[in-house]
Amino acid sequence: MSEQTKISIRDFNFFYAKKEVIRALNLDVRENEILSVFGPANSGTTTLLRALNRMTDLTPGVYMEGEILLDGKNIRSPDINISELRRKVSMVFEVPTPLPMSIFDNVAYGPRLSGVKNRVLLEHTVEESLQMAVLWDEVKDRLHNSAMRLSGGQQQRLCLARILALHPEVILLDRPCSGLDPVSTSKIEESLRHLKEKFTIVIVPHNVQQAGRVSDRAAFLLMGDLIEVGLTAEVFANPKDKRTSDYITGRFG
Amino acid sequence: MKMKNFGERIPQSLFFIIALSALTVLALITVFIFIEGVPLIAKVGFFKFIFGMKWAPSQGFYGIFPMIVGTISVTLGAIILGVPVALCCAIFLAEFAPRWLSDIVRPAIQLLAGIPSVVYGFWGLIFIVPLIRNYLGGPGLSILAGSIILAIMILPTVISISEVSLLALSPLLKEGAFALGATHWQTIRSVLVPAAKSGILASIILGIGRAVGETMAVIMVLGNAVALPNSILSPVRTLTTNIGIEMGYASGDHQQALFATGIVLLVIIMILNSLAQYSIRRK
Repeated sequence: MSEQTKISIRDFNFFYAKKEVIRALNLDVRENEILSVFGPANSGTTTLLRALNRMTDLTPGVYMEGEILLDGKNIRSPDINISELRRKVSMVFEVPTPLPMSIFDNVAYGPRLSGVKNRVLLEHTVEESLQMAVLWDEVKDRLHNSAMRLSGGQQQRLCLARILALHPEVILLDRPCSGLDPVSTSKIEESLRHLKEKFTIVIVPHNVQQAGRVSDRAAFLLMGDLIEVGLTAEVFANPKDKRTSDYITGRFG
Repeated sequence: MKMKNFGERIPQSLFFIIALSALTVLALITVFIFIEGVPLIAKVGFFKFIFGMKWAPSQGFYGIFPMIVGTISVTLGAIILGVPVALCCAIFLAEFAPRWLSDIVRPAIQLLAGIPSVVYGFWGLIFIVPLIRNYLGGPGLSILAGSIILAIMILPTVISISEVSLLALSPLLKEGAFALGATHWQTIRSVLVPAAKSGILASIILGIGRAVGETMAVIMVLGNAVALPNSILSPVRTLTTNIGIEMGYASGDHQQALFATGIVLLVIIMILNSLAQYSIRRK
């Protein structure tokens, strides 16, 4: 983890229809860290994540204020290229979303979109990405089988591999392990620990324990307010706010 | 307790009998057609019936090959003209059209399916046929005229089934592709349409079925000549129009020959429908 700021969220407000989902949020994401954004349901964690690569554009009726700076450039400004942004700030969803094609084609999809045609280069990228997502050994003999036949945990690692093939700068993970068994979960967490050397990672964990296990820093959101943010160890050991300690110890949420 | 059982069983058996009778009627018609038609095919010879070039009932010639060619050429024309339009329309409705627009267009397309085929035929005869005669030559009554009319008639089938199969896709699929930096059009082309492939294929096959079976509209614009066509401006006769035109005065072997034509049609339609079923189920 460096001290360099990768993403800076400034005075950010977010509304669905008339309902305020995120209120006056100020939060920095540092380069090569794993930041977990956690909180009970409907706290705005997923919304915040989706705002970071403008997946929120797909939802009708949303309204935002404030700035989200990626390397100092506001991603909300109209001259931003959204496809480029989403390749740079890539996302893995809660439900695995393999595309209806082969394993190889799933991983090669992103590079092909950006114009890579060289077979050797594609093969190299696919292998490298699947290795990083700790999936290579399980699928190397059946790369051309349909991705839909993989198990849930494998599909999720495939989705991770798929965005790694884009060579992103930031990886967003929205409860990536919520439907997975403990073995798959630990495989994904294992890959995250290696990945943070190269990437900046923001994760919405599916439970408090995961936030504790994987992240360097943790931010606690409650009903759209940022309650506290700090080193994970500190937030968990000595929460400054009573609401944080109540949530972590399971008194509500 | 006994009364309740009784009250439950009566509607159950009633519905069963009614459902069965619908099936029975269908089976009876099929059996009837086969009983009427098969002896003639046997008499003429299967090969000579299907591939015979001459249809002259008064002289005892029963060859339906020109009509098979007619059916295939008109259907093919309808597919070439109609399917691209229908698919673009389905993609537009499912992906691009704002809600208010698709709410107008969708019922309008359904309405297209409700127009009686004789009206299509009449319109084709008055409007399309002279247009072809004046600008492209020939008699106007032609494969092209039939193809245009049928292309319009299969639009509702192909559009609505394709659209439904596109809308039935998980929204997550689209999000997944968007998250990889794909644009809307790239997503449609490389993810959504391939994912809805089976439904789209089924819609096309059902459209073909509709085109093959259509009679009234094509009688009016095809010219009905029993000869192999030499261009898309030639008049042809299809299997359906053969029955439609001659059933009024046919008797004896001639009438049986029309039933035999019906058998060929029935078999074609059954094959097409099974293909459609197969492609819908093989997800």
